[in-house]
Amino acid sequence: MSLDPSFVGRSYPPTPPYQVGREKIREFATAIGAVEPAYHDPDAARALGHADVVAPPTYPFTITMAASRQIVEDPELGIDYSRVVHGDQRFRYTRPVVAGDELVCVNTVEEIVNRAGNSFMTTRTEVNTTAGEPVVTVWTKLVVRGEG
Amino acid sequence: MDLSPRTFRITRADLVRYAGASGDFNPIHWSDRFATKVGLPGVIAHGMFTMALVGRAVTDWAGSPDAVVEYGVRFTRPVVVPDDDEGTEIEVRAAVRGEPEDGLTRLDLTATCHGEKVLAQARAVIRTPA
Repeated sequence: MSLDPSFVGRSYPPTPPYQVGREKIREFATAIGAVEPAYHDPDAARALGHADVVAPPTYPFTITMAASRQIVEDPELGIDYSRVVHGDQRFRYTRPVVAGDELVCVNTVEEIVNRAGNSFMTTRTEVNTTAGEPVVTVWTKLVVRGEG
Repeated sequence: MDLSPRTFRITRADLVRYAGASGDFNPIHWSDRFATKVGLPGVIAHGMFTMALVGRAVTDWAGSPDAVVEYGVRFTRPVVVPDDDEGTEIEVRAAVRGEPEDGLTRLDLTATCHGEKVLAQARAVIRTPA
């Protein structure tokens, strides 16, 4: 199965706002063993100039993974998710995600390559606050392995 | 900048905790039965868990949890995590690769498990520590 290259450039409607919780950031930081005070203690984060606890650099993926279901579950695109492998991951930060942020994701299909029976799709997700302030841009390359 | 290598131990318990915190409940990260059925040697770590651990090394080297400007990796080899108390270990190293602009430092990163690289094209741009 190959993916239709005409999807390149397609953008999806903004996702419903995601409310970043302080306890969620603490839980995520604890799960990766990150003990820096700015991830856990609002005062430590404020001392660095942030409104509340700061999320570790890969935390935004938990938001964009859920948001990207728009694309991977798009019946027109027809991805078989059981054959999907995570290929590449990249983040470009305007600022860290901070507790209290209300974030909206806009997904765009940036690249589709079909090669040797496998398909490679790169998506770009612009993560902005509900007020339109850019926070982080997230690129994800998924590999859809061919059958047999 | 002191870029001494970092090592991180990964056990099954870590994968369960990461699954819950991240919302990624793919059974290849907790079920040997499922993992072997899809052709893996056994349960493997979430790629994003490995990326998060390497990210810990990066923020540590940068000296601040909010100093990362850009961070990217390619997942090239699964990190197999055995069902025992020791689990496995990854080792993370960095080399300065230049200054893309004033005040920024680019790091080339390597992560190895049992001596084999598990990431490629792993790079971070950080604000140069004062």
